[in-house]
Amino acid sequence: MNEQPTIRVSSSPHLHDKSSTSNIMWHVSLALLPATIWGIYLFGLYSLVIIVVSMATAALTEFLLGKINKECTIWDGSAVLTGLLVGLNMPPSVPIFIPIVASFFAIFVAKWTFGGLGANWANPALSGRVFVFFSFTTYMSSFTTPRTLLSAMPDTLSGATPLGFVKTAIAGGASGASNDLLAQAGYPATQLAQKLGMSLGINPYTIDSFLGNIAGSIGEVSALLLLIGGIYLLIRKIITWHIPVTYLLSSAILNWIFGGIPAGLGSFSGTFFPSMLSGGLIFGALFMATDYVTSPLSAKGKIIYGLGCGFFTFLFRSFGSMPEAVSVSILLMNILTPTIDRYIRPRKFGEKNLLKKKEAVA
Amino acid sequence: MHTVPTFRKGGVHPPDQKVFSREQEIVRLPLPGELVVSLSQHLGAPAKALKAKGDTVVRGEKIGESVGFISADVHSPVNGTIKEIKLVMLANSVQCDAYVITVDEEQPELSSEVVDWKDLPKEELLSFVKERGIVGLGGATFPAHVKFAIPRDKSVEYFVVNGVECEPYLTSDYRLMMEKGKEALEGALIAAKIIDAKKIIVGVELNKKDAIAHLKEVVAQEGWPIEIVGLKVKYPQGDEKQLLKATIGREIPSGKLPLDVGAVVSNIGTCYALFEAVVHQKALYERIISVTGEGIANPKNILAPIGTKVSDLLEFCGGLTGEVEKLVSGGPMMGFSFFDTETPVTKGSSGILALKPKKQVRQTACISCGKCVDVCPIGLMPTLMYKNITHLNYEVAMNNLSLMDCKECGSCSYVCPAHLPLVHTFKTGKKMGRKK
Repeated sequence: MNEQPTIRVSSSPHLHDKSSTSNIMWHVSLALLPATIWGIYLFGLYSLVIIVVSMATAALTEFLLGKINKECTIWDGSAVLTGLLVGLNMPPSVPIFIPIVASFFAIFVAKWTFGGLGANWANPALSGRVFVFFSFTTYMSSFTTPRTLLSAMPDTLSGATPLGFVKTAIAGGASGASNDLLAQAGYPATQLAQKLGMSLGINPYTIDSFLGNIAGSIGEVSALLLLIGGIYLLIRKIITWHIPVTYLLSSAILNWIFGGIPAGLGSFSGTFFPSMLSGGLIFGALFMATDYVTSPLSAKGKIIYGLGCGFFTFLFRSFGSMPEAVSVSILLMNILTPTIDRYIRPRKFGEKNLLKKKEAVA
Repeated sequence: MHTVPTFRKGGVHPPDQKVFSREQEIVRLPLPGELVVSLSQHLGAPAKALKAKGDTVVRGEKIGESVGFISADVHSPVNGTIKEIKLVMLANSVQCDAYVITVDEEQPELSSEVVDWKDLPKEELLSFVKERGIVGLGGATFPAHVKFAIPRDKSVEYFVVNGVECEPYLTSDYRLMMEKGKEALEGALIAAKIIDAKKIIVGVELNKKDAIAHLKEVVAQEGWPIEIVGLKVKYPQGDEKQLLKATIGREIPSGKLPLDVGAVVSNIGTCYALFEAVVHQKALYERIISVTGEGIANPKNILAPIGTKVSDLLEFCGGLTGEVEKLVSGGPMMGFSFFDTETPVTKGSSGILALKPKKQVRQTACISCGKCVDVCPIGLMPTLMYKNITHLNYEVAMNNLSLMDCKECGSCSYVCPAHLPLVHTFKTGKKMGRKK
């Protein structure tokens, strides 16, 4: 050996799997693509403008803040993903300054004031959305009729999501199951959903909210496409089942047991699946609550976090006067995440299982 | 349903990469002209030098004497002359004195005398272990005579032989099981006699099915009371904690030894060395080394004397080829990288790897994905330990997060998407924490 090659010396391990931070961020963005495309189809090109503007604002904010800190973190993809999430959470007819404010708030206040990537305690995209929601509530709660419902949608009803509609009706003194309330008021359903509903015996409104033929924020209307994205992330092992499954199940079960009470139907009369499909629950459970930075580290912690999210979502939806049940619940559990990580630790190898110990005592 | 045994918590699946040297039969290295035999061949205090410059040595002669409780004797691998004693740096960055031995042209024939150990008392067998410098050959190089000296108040139910070889690339144990399986198992019988073990279990991962079949055949032929267990492939199953969980279902609590759960674990290579030491009266002065990796022209499994310089091994394998970024002593997950090809191999060198450049990925801040927590086989929280150590909170890392229980298996660093130097930080943290 005449020439010594350049040899690097470093600590073990000398192998690494193929993952990287930016890789994860791009995969999450990719998982959101079906829902994004559907949203743009449903609500028109203006939705695309909203999404692009949110992403651009987020990226620019990250870039400028990076300049101050003399580092460039834009390549990690996290800011672009935050922008995409903000954009997908905007109603389709929102004035363009709102997504700009939301994205700026998300990156500047929620993320960078705490130290940038990995240091924030609250989900940036959610913080941005909640901030603009409570600042510009009127704009944030008027919704466009989706393309697929245009023919069936009476003018009087435009601008209400099914969930918001039912809530208003109940607040106005009506009682009954939510799907019945929708039917009474003549809330529209697509012909496809009506046909499918007839043959399968499922309420057409449930089918429409599953497929995505409802009014709502750009990215959150189609449960089906969001689930496809979520399953993709599960297969890629980017998220684990713990948070989405516990979140969705706990809120649905609670809603089934107690959800009928505000509508005057007594317990065990709430809906199970429709409650899961309405509003931003699926979106929140799969893409917001699973945000790495603001959710617990251990599997046990994730389960507690998911249950907490489910409980608060149910509570705010059924008994709260505010909208934004999903966003607020997740933010609330974000606050608890450091505490969960402090006290909920994985069982150490060789330590006795606490449950087994109790058995032994008893 | 039949389930394949393995340990439960954590673990990763790095690419196997054993293909390079898997089919290469063990070959004896032609004796190099010079050997560098370090006095630190084992865990614990380096041995005391018994020879001086200019002295002649013969093969198998004791040239370093163990000092202290955890230490082992060192023997000369060849007939030769001591050229000098100099300070060397080993692959694991330990600095110690080493004999530089000029190897004689003429070497004595290997004796073919065979000792029947079955009637020897166990005290005598244990003395062979000490006299012949046997240490754990899995990499930790813990002196075997210390491990096999069972205190009076303890008893050994299981003797578990580690044939897992869970590190990627390495094939030395695999080749040993294929070619010297019978001898190694006889070594296990000797060990079991020394420690009075009631049962012998050999754990082998299922990526070595032919080795399992071969060992089972040997056991059936000889009628030995040895159980061969195939284990599901998962890193770090070769660690004694994980191996005992996988084979006998017992967990060693923090800070305890296998003996505390009634077991002793030894590497299959150690068993073979024990066989050689007892039956052929041969001191531990040579071992099987896998010289492999993308950067080795002709990967081989080499039987080489202790003290062989890496450059001699590389030359025997046709040198380096292509782009080589790292030279590693041991496996890629826990081995040590080094840069000097004059570095000598020791009793713990299970492999020499030449690795091609890895795709450089920029490090980011921790994104708290929790992957390190999921894969940690001990149930620690690597990311919290990392954050505390980088903020100099050594005490929190040690007392609250059990930093000292970390075995540096590398699973967390392997999966970290932020590419944080987790293991590196833990090594530093342990050193700094101990100082305080």
